[in-house]
Amino acid sequence: MPERASSAPGPNASLARVGRGLLAAVVLIALWQLTITLADVPRYILPSPLAVARALVDQHQLLAYHASITAIEIVGGLIGGVLLGLATALALARFRPLRRTLLPVLLVSQAIPLFALAPILMLWLGYGLLPKILMAMVIIYFPVASTGYDGLRQTPQGWLDLADTLGVNRRQRLLKVQLPAALPALASGLRMAASAAPIGAVIGEWVGASRGLGFLMLNANARLQIDLMFAALVVLVGFAVLLYFGVDTALRRAMPWQRDAVETPD
Amino acid sequence: MPSPPPGLEIRDASLTFDQRPLFHRLTASFESGSWTCLLGRSGSGKSSLLRMIAGLSLPDNHRLTLTVSDARPLRGRLAWMAQRDLLVPWQRVLDNVMLGARWRGQANAKDRQRALTLLDQVGLADKAGQWPSTLSGGQRQRVALARTLFEDASIVLMDEPFSAVDAITRLELHELACQLLVGRTVIMVTHDPQEALRLADRILVLQGEPAYLITQPTPTCRRPRPLADIELQQCQAELIARLREPAHA
Repeated sequence: MPERASSAPGPNASLARVGRGLLAAVVLIALWQLTITLADVPRYILPSPLAVARALVDQHQLLAYHASITAIEIVGGLIGGVLLGLATALALARFRPLRRTLLPVLLVSQAIPLFALAPILMLWLGYGLLPKILMAMVIIYFPVASTGYDGLRQTPQGWLDLADTLGVNRRQRLLKVQLPAALPALASGLRMAASAAPIGAVIGEWVGASRGLGFLMLNANARLQIDLMFAALVVLVGFAVLLYFGVDTALRRAMPWQRDAVETPD
Repeated sequence: MPSPPPGLEIRDASLTFDQRPLFHRLTASFESGSWTCLLGRSGSGKSSLLRMIAGLSLPDNHRLTLTVSDARPLRGRLAWMAQRDLLVPWQRVLDNVMLGARWRGQANAKDRQRALTLLDQVGLADKAGQWPSTLSGGQRQRVALARTLFEDASIVLMDEPFSAVDAITRLELHELACQLLVGRTVIMVTHDPQEALRLADRILVLQGEPAYLITQPTPTCRRPRPLADIELQQCQAELIARLREPAHA
């Protein structure tokens, strides 16, 4: 018996997706070049795609060093933010008194602008990696906690009834019924978090750092190395795209039933 | 089954919805090993009564005294089947059958074998490894039946379990359920008079405002009764007439 006769979108489908993405990139780059040629933009305002590409190649060691710092901050923030957000969602769903006290705090925490938080974190924690990881964590934490909690709360009553009559305890109900039922909602929070993570790290680096892509951009800007600044931006965009698709792929793996559901004609 | 299934008795069943009493101090008994169908118009409170017996949460003001004939607690001896199949999409068909064991964290190889046997009994052994989303409505409800049987509960409560499938599938499910639920005390809520007359040893109608319970005659032949049975058709005419009576008679 074939366990999954029709597997995930075939190689052709994903190839087409990559192809469409590449096409969009080519069009954008062409527009970029066209703007420079037609409007005669000076290169210290907008460098040509070729100049940026050259900077990417010539300065790859410098870029790689700073990119690795930013990558550590993003990944650290992502892991920390997701774990903490998930724990908050589970705790809120499990303990009623917590909802009354923690939920308002959670909402207020979202009202604090991230830019205002950055200098305070620098003041308290210095110029190292930690405040940047914390910044990325803060930006990721809320969407994960809020979509996770919403998902946990909105378990269909039928499944809860079933769990009751099947004699499961509250902990089992939370982890085996509500949590998997919340996965689709949580997934949208995670995708949002993944694309927001680089923002937190870069803001942290802008406010005060001696390493990282954000620092490199500011530094290059001050020295009028605009091509290097754009090269750093390109790497950052690459991070965001990679992170989004990485999280998306991981989520698809975690929810194989959804993939099959889409495929069955019935 | 080692010991005979317990009978149930409810006393003082009251339910108030929005300050309107749906029923007040109802009394009924359900014989050991019998199949009782509970009918009534929409909003009569029949599903709520079943939920009360199952001990499930209800938003309204309610009260019920439940006596079990063998005086042992009901917990762990009760299985629930709802209108929706309630298969969880994140478990494959076989794991949905043994869902109780999985959720309680006690699934073992023996459970797996038993779940496979049950799937075979409902005619879906070849679907064991598939996701529920690949099944048709009738197949899903058969898996739900297998999951209900997996609990090996002596009391089975069903809330319109076959109402979401097409007419022919429903007739097939009747036969399957009748055969597989032998020797259990079954209480089933339905809005389909024909279904009740095919399956029930006893038919109770929830009627009036506040509602009281009326016992309706059932045909004498063996269950599941054929649709062509003359007696069934007579009973059906009577039952429908009963259900159409206005609430304030």
